[in-house]
Amino acid sequence: MSDIPVDLKYAKSHEWVRVSGGVATVGITDHAQHELTDVVFVELPAVGRQVKAGEACAVVESVKTASDIYSPVSGEITEINKAAVDNPALVNTEPYKNGWFFKIKLSNPAELNTLMTPEQYGAQIGG
Amino acid sequence: MLKRTCLFSTHHKLGGKLIEFGGWEMPVQYTSITDEHLAVRNAAGIFDISHMGEVTVSGAAAADFLNYVFTNDIRKLSAGLGQYTLMCNERGGAIDDLYAYCLSKDVYFLVVNASRVQADVAWLHQQLAEFPRREEIFMTDASHNYSAVAVQGPCVKDFIDACISSASNCAMRVPKVTDLKKNEIGGFLFHGHDVMVSRTGYTGEDGFEIVGNEECIAGVWDTVLEKGKPFGIKPCGLGARDTLRTEVCYPLYGHELDENTTPIEAGLGFFVALDKGDFVGRSVLAGQKANGVSKKCIAFKMTDKCAPPRPHYPIWVNGARVGEVVSGTQSPSLNVGIGMGYVPPEFAKPGTEIEIEIRGNRPKAVVVKKPIYKKS
Repeated sequence: MSDIPVDLKYAKSHEWVRVSGGVATVGITDHAQHELTDVVFVELPAVGRQVKAGEACAVVESVKTASDIYSPVSGEITEINKAAVDNPALVNTEPYKNGWFFKIKLSNPAELNTLMTPEQYGAQIGG
Repeated sequence: MLKRTCLFSTHHKLGGKLIEFGGWEMPVQYTSITDEHLAVRNAAGIFDISHMGEVTVSGAAAADFLNYVFTNDIRKLSAGLGQYTLMCNERGGAIDDLYAYCLSKDVYFLVVNASRVQADVAWLHQQLAEFPRREEIFMTDASHNYSAVAVQGPCVKDFIDACISSASNCAMRVPKVTDLKKNEIGGFLFHGHDVMVSRTGYTGEDGFEIVGNEECIAGVWDTVLEKGKPFGIKPCGLGARDTLRTEVCYPLYGHELDENTTPIEAGLGFFVALDKGDFVGRSVLAGQKANGVSKKCIAFKMTDKCAPPRPHYPIWVNGARVGEVVSGTQSPSLNVGIGMGYVPPEFAKPGTEIEIEIRGNRPKAVVVKKPIYKKS
């Protein structure tokens, strides 16, 4: 069964968002890492880049495929997770902790209301 | 409507992730491609290969006919022997690569790619219709009669005899399965069912391929998993099958081979017997062997830390785009990006520095000799 933490918000494209003080941390869900398995490479956006909600801004590669990661919210990339770049397996083992991808300073916090609740995401993945 | 093998419910039970391949619903992985790949390299793995096609060709003129449509010399095969071979069109382009076995005098058994069964059978019928001695040849597409599994890995020889514990009764006569040498095939009994076992595979490891009807192959699968358990056997999907064969540079039809690519361009000249007499595509292949080719299949390894190379990524040399990747992945055994691609022959020498275009970047790679992975 997929792990879906209750304190996060979710995007249809399987990213999660944790918000603290106007900054959103973004990663991919347990369901997504389980579908991918074997993450071998993570490509993250440059710090300082402006992203729009829904924009593809990172890539996660498994042995078999490359998958785009879409920013769930708009804003400026303030930090990226070098640990995930150096050790891509973290995305599989700790998708909600040390396998996070990037942090965004929110330019439009109202967008958070368009994201899914844990229950809605759970329904989407058929949990 | 996708086809399902007799092992479909087994794949489901084992948690296999199912995808479409060649019109079939097949498992791409059960746990992880890396784990399954490493199981085959270090212990053992079992693959469902029931989707592959089987064709029987028999009769007094069978050998002559097959020698006319295939590139390798089938006269090398006595009863119980098989060979890797290719079937080409008049331009020397590959219609398929396959294994041909001689089961007994005038009786041949072909194992072909799942994605090419229809094309192969159509071509064979077309060629047969114009073959002078066609009255002496009997050909059947027997694909729907057969299921099959591949059991591969260094530990397989330690438990396979416990799975199929008879002496062979036809083709290569041996007292036990592990007495089969590479490329040999024998008929054995598995709980009263006839199975054909060949010492062949697509992984670069020792192993066996077992062909039988639907009723017994599910039982073979279960028995192999049971007897192989103490040795660490894992069920393996198409994902691991692809990474394993890419590491040892075995071609996959549709990637290294297609109807516009010849065996010579693919580096498979060893399996083209120009001296055996006439065969379809011979003049083009002879010309390429004598005068060279315009594209050559290379193997390469990434030298920069980067995303894995993938099919269709462009290959650059000296600031110019010169070719394309046909197979690529992150090698589970070597922990580096590897692949195969086509470039003009002047860039095909091992040691040549190349670049692979990946999402706007051009990380460096180097051309290497085949196979990319070799057991130490």
